[in-house]
Amino acid sequence: MAESTAMIRLQDIRRTFQVGDELVHALVDIDEEIHAGEHIAIMGPSGSGKSTLLNILGCLDKPTSGRYYLNGQEVAHLDDSALTQVRRHQIGFVFQFFHLVHRLSASENVELPMIFAGLPRTERRQRVEESLAAVGLTPRARHLPDQLSGGERQRVALARATIMMPAILLADEPTGNLDSKSGRAVLDVLGGMNDNGLTLVVVTHDPKVAQRADRVLVLVDGRIVRRVASSQMGDIMALLAEDEAE
Amino acid sequence: MSPGELFRFSARGLSGHGLRTVLSLLGVTIGVAAVVILTALGEGARRYVIDQFASLGTNILIVLPGKTETSGTVGAGGVPNDLTLDDARAVQRSVSAARHVAPVSMGTEQVSFGERRRQVAVLGTTHQYKDARQLLMQRGSFLPEEEMSRGSAVVVLGPKLARELFVEQEPVGQVVRVGGWRMRVIGVLAKQGVKMGMDFDDLAMVPVSTGMQMFNRSSLWRILIQSGSHSDIDLVKEAVRRVLVDRHDEEDFTVITQDSVLSTFTAVLGVLTLVVGAIAAISLTVAGIGIMNVMLVSVSERTREVGLLKALGVGRRQILSVFLTEAALISSLGGLLGLGLGWLAITALVRLYPVFPASPPAWAVWAALVVSLGVGVIFGLLPARRASRLDPVQALAGR
Repeated sequence: MAESTAMIRLQDIRRTFQVGDELVHALVDIDEEIHAGEHIAIMGPSGSGKSTLLNILGCLDKPTSGRYYLNGQEVAHLDDSALTQVRRHQIGFVFQFFHLVHRLSASENVELPMIFAGLPRTERRQRVEESLAAVGLTPRARHLPDQLSGGERQRVALARATIMMPAILLADEPTGNLDSKSGRAVLDVLGGMNDNGLTLVVVTHDPKVAQRADRVLVLVDGRIVRRVASSQMGDIMALLAEDEAE
Repeated sequence: MSPGELFRFSARGLSGHGLRTVLSLLGVTIGVAAVVILTALGEGARRYVIDQFASLGTNILIVLPGKTETSGTVGAGGVPNDLTLDDARAVQRSVSAARHVAPVSMGTEQVSFGERRRQVAVLGTTHQYKDARQLLMQRGSFLPEEEMSRGSAVVVLGPKLARELFVEQEPVGQVVRVGGWRMRVIGVLAKQGVKMGMDFDDLAMVPVSTGMQMFNRSSLWRILIQSGSHSDIDLVKEAVRRVLVDRHDEEDFTVITQDSVLSTFTAVLGVLTLVVGAIAAISLTVAGIGIMNVMLVSVSERTREVGLLKALGVGRRQILSVFLTEAALISSLGGLLGLGLGWLAITALVRLYPVFPASPPAWAVWAALVVSLGVGVIFGLLPARRASRLDPVQALAGR
């Protein structure tokens, strides 16, 4: 599934935060390549830097130092306006708590990125229909988020994240707030998107979620301490327990 | 993003916190209504005064005894000469551009007919007063054309006075008592109402010399002069001044023209309208602070939404536009409602007091609308900038 061309190249990425008088090293010397169409899981204990890495990959945050190439373009030091364009056209986000706009219906939530991107209404309508159909929510198009189950909300969020046809989808604990059945349904949709060529990076604590990935990156204290290929993922939990014990 | 879509998205944003939006809207509504109503009252007062002056007649000059200026040393000022019938005669004789010259004496007396009596203002003048003040008769005739010093024992009654004294009887031809004088009623004025503080419906008019004798006075209260045309007013004023200075050896009188008084009143009331409008505009500022408060709370509550929008690739300017549009929507909608409320209040006021021509000046309506919209944009700027500058990671975490 993975192609030889690296869609994402991270070189010596560091991210530090000033917390009071203390300098916190959230990410240290991250070097990684992710290829187009890959499905990557990022695991690690709490505070290991998973979300920080995801934020940098999603251009929501900038590294303190290092280089980040996305599709060959160095994006780590772009200005806000350029980063906005990168997020709009190349990156999709899915969050643990869905982040749906509660006053907008399912179809309006999905339409949202296209409205701000200035796409014509007819095209928006067509894409929304297709996208909701792809996640199995056509009958729920007019429902408000409060009228949807957790799994349905996350599928709406998935439809929204992919409506602008991004090159990469970043998911932060996408099943963390769902029951197992809904979680499986969401993972099936994610898997289907990845099968269709979408590059997928998932941050998770759940080994069942990680098992679906091609590779797992294990972070501890801001460093990638393990790179586990899918064929070698025997017992990720044991690895994590070992890392945490260290 | 098209303006229509921006409008729709912002309107949906406001609907998310309806009560706060309505309360904030109400603040702007009351502010704009206050501007409209207060400026309408100011403008109404200005027009009322203009109407009152117009009711004096046209191209009117009034000569009053005394000079309103400071002169000489304290305690050494001379006593001004009275205005006399001879003065009025001299003006009539010498100032050809004066169409009408009406000397006026004034007092109060009891007018009685049989058992009915009424204390009223008694105005002594000549037949020229009728044309100068454009008075109309209900019945009978006005004071006769006669030499100023000749005082016939005749009286013209205001319609209310006539009704009170005679009830159903015909007043013309009857004899009434004015003070100690027996006088024949020769006419009744048509209904005129109150003009410049004088109730023409409830007074008695007698020949000027009769009035002066009745009140035991040798001087006049006023001399009313009507110039032939508007362009002659200054000419007449100067001529009158010269004639009277010649007679009095000094300028111990004041000649005022309708125009000068009117322009002074108009200027004063114009400033008054501006001032009350500005005071009302303060309430708009308060409303603006209300909008800012609502928008700050909104930004605070919608921090995660702003974070989401940033993650979806919505730019700073677009987020700024969304929140600014929300603030502008509150203020402009409030402005329109305020105009409506102001209009309703003024309409009700005019129905209650038809004599008071309250109506907001056009500039005040436009200013209220522009200021209310400006208030929304200006006071919405801080919250909108705060939203647009939120760090996406922090915002998504709700911090």
